[in-house]
Amino acid sequence: MNHDQLLNPKSLPHSPEKATLEGKNKFLGLWFFLGGETVLFASLFGTFIALRNSTAGGPSSEELFGLELVFIMTVLLLTSSLTSVYAMYHMRNHDFKKMQLWLGITGLLGLSFLGLEIYEFTHYITEYGFTFRSSAFGSAFYTLVGFHGGHVTFGIAWLIVIMIRNARRGLNLYNAPKFNTFSLYWHYIDVVWVFVFTVVYLMGKVG
Amino acid sequence: MTENTNTNQLTDYHKQKNKEEMKRNVISFALMIVSTIIAFAIVASGVMDRIFAVFLLFILATVQVAFQFFYFMHMKEKGHALPAVMIIGGTWAAFLTVFGLVAAVWW
Repeated sequence: MNHDQLLNPKSLPHSPEKATLEGKNKFLGLWFFLGGETVLFASLFGTFIALRNSTAGGPSSEELFGLELVFIMTVLLLTSSLTSVYAMYHMRNHDFKKMQLWLGITGLLGLSFLGLEIYEFTHYITEYGFTFRSSAFGSAFYTLVGFHGGHVTFGIAWLIVIMIRNARRGLNLYNAPKFNTFSLYWHYIDVVWVFVFTVVYLMGKVG
Repeated sequence: MTENTNTNQLTDYHKQKNKEEMKRNVISFALMIVSTIIAFAIVASGVMDRIFAVFLLFILATVQVAFQFFYFMHMKEKGHALPAVMIIGGTWAAFLTVFGLVAAVWW
């Protein structure tokens, strides 16, 4: 059996994402990466908590933040986490078309989250003159929330690439691990957002 | 189907298991949404004491993240020892980092 036949068996195993050594390695590698990401975001969160009252006379978090927009963004990202669970459910049932469909919905929800975040930032800059250079609070805010938004942007680009690249291949043992690693990364972005809305927006409103 | 003894074949057993797993995931999604709504309601209503509210917000966030890790990211399943080491190690380093930075500003 040659390499191609090995990766395209007549019937896929029940966990195609971890059936090959490469799949197992990708899975572990992504979790190693997420451990590092935890430390990276911790330093940004720590900086933000330390500097969140250093407004230098500029607008404070109570004046800036509106809970309605943040709530909609939270629901969008949380739902996109569920839709990628659906995509992985269809992958485990070897239904490539339905997996692609749910991945597409995930991408659209991610894009609408990103659109609202861009609207939020422009609103702060144009209405309040609140920029990266306004105060230590401003720098810490845009670094933390912007870094999360950057992760969302990267995730959407990653998703589009694997969806287009594998569109005509169908599901096989070569690309199943790729879809699985993306979905883990996407859940992790949602984990970070849970702490962003708690620490930045809700704690900012409480005072 | 009956004469196929290939163990690699996706059996009804696995399909059923996947379905049950998906059901559990939908339930955890509902619980995550509920805890999000409670968190926002605590802040929007403003009835709670500040310290108590922050404490409760962190408990709600931790519960929600636990659902995300154990159900959505399958950490409750077998073969997740190394991922657990990574995430617990990362969380410990994260705690030290946040504690260090906050304490440095406090004094």
